[in-house]
Amino acid sequence: MRVPSLFVTFALLTFALPTTASRADTLSDRIADGEYLARAADCVACHTAPGGKPFAGGRAFALPFGVVYSPNITPDAETGIGRYSDDEWVDMLHKGVARDGKHLYPVMPYAEYTLMSREDALALKAYLMSREPVRATAPKNTLGFPFNQRWTMVFWNWFNNPNRRFVADQTKSAAYNRGDYLVNGPGHCGECHTPRTFMFGLKRSKAFAGEVQVGWRAYNLTSDKASGLGNWSDDQLFQYLSTGQAPGRGPASGPMAEAVEHSLSQLKADDVKAIVTYLRGVPALSDGPPAVSPEPAAASPDPLGARLFAQACAGCHLPSGSGRQSPWAALAGSHTAADPEGTNLVQVLTQGSELHTKDGLMFMHAFTGAYTDDELAAIANYTQERFGLKKGSISPAMIAKQRTANPDKPAKPSS
Amino acid sequence: MKTLNINGQFHQVDVPDDMPLLWVIRDVLGMTGTKFGCGIAQCGACTVHVDGEAVRSCLYPVGTLDGKRVVTIEAVGGTPNGAKIQKAWLDREVVQCGYCQSGQIMSATALLDRIAKPTDADIDDAMSGNICRCGTYVRIRDAIHAAAEV
Amino acid sequence: MPILNLEAPSRRFVLKASALAGGGLLLSMRLPSLARADGPTDSAAFMPNAFVKIDAAGTVTLIAPHTEVGQGIETAQAMLIGDELDVGLDQIQVQPAPPDIKKYADPLLGDQATGGSTSIRSDWTRLRQAGATARAMLVAVAAKRWAVDPQTCRVERGVIHHDPSNRSLGYGDVAADAATLPVPTDVKLKEAAEFKLIGTSAKRLDTPFKVNGSAVFGIDAKVPGMKFGTLALVPVVGGKLLGMNEAAARKVSGVRDVVRVGDEAVAVIGDHMWAAKQGLEALAPTWSAERHGGVTLQTIVAEMDKASRTQGVIAKKEGDAEASIAKAATKLSAIYELPFLSHSPMEPLNCTLHIQADKAEIWVGTQVPVRAQKAVADAAGLSPDKVTVNNLYMGGAFGRRLDIDSVAIAAKIAAQLQYPVKLVWTREEDLRHDYYRPYYYDRVSAGLDAEGRIVGWTHRVTGSSIMARWAPSAFKNGLDSDAVEGAADTPYEVPATLVDYVRHEPAGVNTGWWRGVGPTHNVFVTESFVDEIASAAGKDAVAYRRSMLGKNPRALAVLNLAAEKSGWGTALPPRCGRGVSVQFAFGSYVSCVIEVEVSTAGEILLRRATVAIDCGLTVNPDTVVAQIEGGLILGLSTAMYNQITLSAGAIDQSNFHDYRAMRINEAPKIAVHQIRNAEKPGGVGETGTAAAAPALGNAIFAATGQRLRKLPFAPGLKGA
Repeated sequence: MRVPSLFVTFALLTFALPTTASRADTLSDRIADGEYLARAADCVACHTAPGGKPFAGGRAFALPFGVVYSPNITPDAETGIGRYSDDEWVDMLHKGVARDGKHLYPVMPYAEYTLMSREDALALKAYLMSREPVRATAPKNTLGFPFNQRWTMVFWNWFNNPNRRFVADQTKSAAYNRGDYLVNGPGHCGECHTPRTFMFGLKRSKAFAGEVQVGWRAYNLTSDKASGLGNWSDDQLFQYLSTGQAPGRGPASGPMAEAVEHSLSQLKADDVKAIVTYLRGVPALSDGPPAVSPEPAAASPDPLGARLFAQACAGCHLPSGSGRQSPWAALAGSHTAADPEGTNLVQVLTQGSELHTKDGLMFMHAFTGAYTDDELAAIANYTQERFGLKKGSISPAMIAKQRTANPDKPAKPSS
Repeated sequence: MKTLNINGQFHQVDVPDDMPLLWVIRDVLGMTGTKFGCGIAQCGACTVHVDGEAVRSCLYPVGTLDGKRVVTIEAVGGTPNGAKIQKAWLDREVVQCGYCQSGQIMSATALLDRIAKPTDADIDDAMSGNICRCGTYVRIRDAIHAAAEV
Repeated sequence: MPILNLEAPSRRFVLKASALAGGGLLLSMRLPSLARADGPTDSAAFMPNAFVKIDAAGTVTLIAPHTEVGQGIETAQAMLIGDELDVGLDQIQVQPAPPDIKKYADPLLGDQATGGSTSIRSDWTRLRQAGATARAMLVAVAAKRWAVDPQTCRVERGVIHHDPSNRSLGYGDVAADAATLPVPTDVKLKEAAEFKLIGTSAKRLDTPFKVNGSAVFGIDAKVPGMKFGTLALVPVVGGKLLGMNEAAARKVSGVRDVVRVGDEAVAVIGDHMWAAKQGLEALAPTWSAERHGGVTLQTIVAEMDKASRTQGVIAKKEGDAEASIAKAATKLSAIYELPFLSHSPMEPLNCTLHIQADKAEIWVGTQVPVRAQKAVADAAGLSPDKVTVNNLYMGGAFGRRLDIDSVAIAAKIAAQLQYPVKLVWTREEDLRHDYYRPYYYDRVSAGLDAEGRIVGWTHRVTGSSIMARWAPSAFKNGLDSDAVEGAADTPYEVPATLVDYVRHEPAGVNTGWWRGVGPTHNVFVTESFVDEIASAAGKDAVAYRRSMLGKNPRALAVLNLAAEKSGWGTALPPRCGRGVSVQFAFGSYVSCVIEVEVSTAGEILLRRATVAIDCGLTVNPDTVVAQIEGGLILGLSTAMYNQITLSAGAIDQSNFHDYRAMRINEAPKIAVHQIRNAEKPGGVGETGTAAAAPALGNAIFAATGQRLRKLPFAPGLKGA
């Protein structure tokens, strides 16, 4: 029976308040808490167009059924969230229903944000409302029928949004629960790292087993040794989450680089440790491409790739793949080099990647401007063979496909 | 304030952590032998040695130097391999405009430091990150082989 | 007065032996260019002409009319003057000439400019005359002092000897007296057999400074009190500045000033380049595209295609080519296309300036010092004689520094500042605001008789006229002689030829000189098409060319030499091929054979290159070889990879990751064979670049059967 357990969870919720951030008395404290939550929830990443003003929306999300643009969440009354009442705001975050009654598309991770307490939700609002209003209307979504029918989200919600607050597990440590809350609530890690059901809801039975999202592979985060994080040390995980790279594990790129830059690197060390604690407990699932031994391969890799790598890649990555200017350029041992599908390898070559760190901007340009599909495939194959202990598996056709696939290219550094 | 060890001398500089080493060397310390070519580690003109390894100073944040020893073109002639390489460059008349050659010499010296008698393949690996638009590659290869014979 | 190099002032004044670690070499040296247009004013010095100066210490200074871009011209000029002066190369200091068009204009260019492979051709006689004249006057003084016949004196390393009486005097001892003599006008120059320096592979004077970081390039100028700036230029030609965040830029630590130049540019000045660069990023200027916002490469090419269907201005007409083709047994026609190209020398554009109310001084590497001086004078509202130009080493140019757009914009920025400033373009700004080699769209056709001989040949060039902008007086009757150079004067004997030129200026793209100028474009078209014709006639590419060179023995000789040395006709492995080209350009004859392999992935692998050159009398054979090697590599690199494209009016490429440059692991083995003779000296610097693309295209055809008529080759090449 579910009723008693629900009752128990309610009791536990009130008991487990330390997992929420906002216990603030004054408005300024609430704004500060909200700012921290906004980082933990990485609002800015999605709600900012490339080169646009923070939180002013307009970033495009290419979904299988059309393009959805993120809305403006600055306090502007006309185009932003200025007119939201507290209740409307909380409903929006918890139920996915906007102020005008329209259903949000679940690109907005309200299925996770629903775990946030009312207090946290309102702290978040207080922070956003404290910012400069920006007048900006996002472009119109370009969804085909039936996906342009927002009301159908009602049915989606029946299955996918439980509309429930976070419940701590009393059998686990406070750090575990804090990590659980951050990962599954504001952090919404599962949005990328958990496979989807046929309805594009999260497949709970495959929690954190890894999935391809917007062209990038979000890797298996379970404690599986072969495909997940089982072989990562706590230190590696901590360093990766807080800086975007870890020795012998390579750098974060694409959407994960954004998550590190805007969110994870801004969290308190204890919170990152809590996330590590939680991830350690995620049950092992063997899905997805294998992780890799950090030792470089000694095979005889693709000769064209070797030649091109020496020209265009070794300047940053070093012939050994250990990184030259910075550890963010280390390739050896990265999951990306090991993935036989080469999803992220193809992505970084064709889309580039960037990550702002305390040591400055770490970036890679897309190399599509001067290198052919054959050449980029050769570079990718060399990378796999040299640093991933795998036979190269990238075809020129895979490069060709991604060359034009992503409408939301990262801005090019200094260009 | 940071203390940098460049060419065996200690320099006090007041610059941001994310400032690339290249601009500290050129604009703050006034040592202009190290060149700016691309700013994205594609051309190698800015190559210097950090703890003996050839690195692109245009993307090397000065904040990560952490007391490591930097050697630039101005002082590389004081090392045995640097002197050999410079002499070979003169003997073979490698240089044309000369702008990339500081970086070429730094990369070549680091190669000899690592491999006393490099093969053509070793030279390809070590030198392909250094662009020369004048096209001195034929002579660079000859000169490295010549320097290795000394 | 600001000095150039605070670290090593001694180098400016003292000629000395300087030992490099392990080298122990006697170094010559380079002086900063003369400060003022009115030239050197050292009254004690002997200066019989504009090019040579000898002081009381006997120091010989060459005031070099041509500037060093990497081609070795300082050394060659010193060799010309030094040989006649009978001094050692190590005894000569080189000083870049100040802006003075009367004294230092290149007679072949009609401007004080270094370009078009004209330097040796221009200096061959005048610099030797300058040296010989000085020598005659110095010897005359000594002979008079000794009361002997000057004919009985000899000079060695700047010391005049009278052997019969065992007396000697240094040049410095007689310089002051020589300065009082009238300048003779009829000195005898050395015969070739008497040359001591000319014709030797003398060591370059600039190399020692370029291997130890001490050479001062434009970007290395140091002026007390200077700040550092970088700039953003309007991305689309004719666009407007819409907005920028000046407050954010000024908040960046180390930023000093934000400067706007109308709708052309914004600059951020700071304590160092990093501050300026970060400031510019924070400034985040936004621009409109205005009328060129719809321009893409495709729209430009479509316009050119249309223009190429109209009649052009006739550049050459012999016989009735069109009628001959109409009657011919076999007719061929083709369209060849060459892309816009960036220069992308390794040293990005830069300029250091100090503009004050009544005077200005700049430090820059330029191929055109007079134009640079005028650009600064115009921007600062000064007369040119108030502008001092310090012409420094150039980190390559390839024609880019024949334009002074960068100096002009730098001057407009510096004119707004109270202190000296070094402005450095980022690679991205440099690449996106070039004066690009024009896009060319060429129609060629030919008719062959039953034996496969050419009976008629037409070639219509469609493209921008650089001449019309750069040297309007040389653009006569709608004909740009550069645009048809190498088309109107092929080395071949053809009974009927028609070459015409359609000027078409691409919307929203600035065009300029690029290494090899006209021939780099036209030799590709003509030599590729000749190859097509030979193939259509079923003839060997070398044999077919020989058959048309009967009246051109020098061209035939280089072709035969290149064919022989390349092993033309011998077997090659599968997927390999050889291609040949022949050219007469810049006064020199060149034939090139390239051997390639094309991989199954469509990758071009350069196996080797063989070049034969006859450039007549040669000043420095090793420099000739170096120029061919380098020119060829730039030409091959460009032919394989490079094109500038546009989207929405702006340049797509930005840096070396999308504008590729050949690397050492792609460079072929290169063998250069010189035919030495006593013909007039020809130009060399651009010949290798012009030879590269046609020989490579023909080799790709030989290897794969694919005839690529559009540069660059790599995107058009299909794998197997």
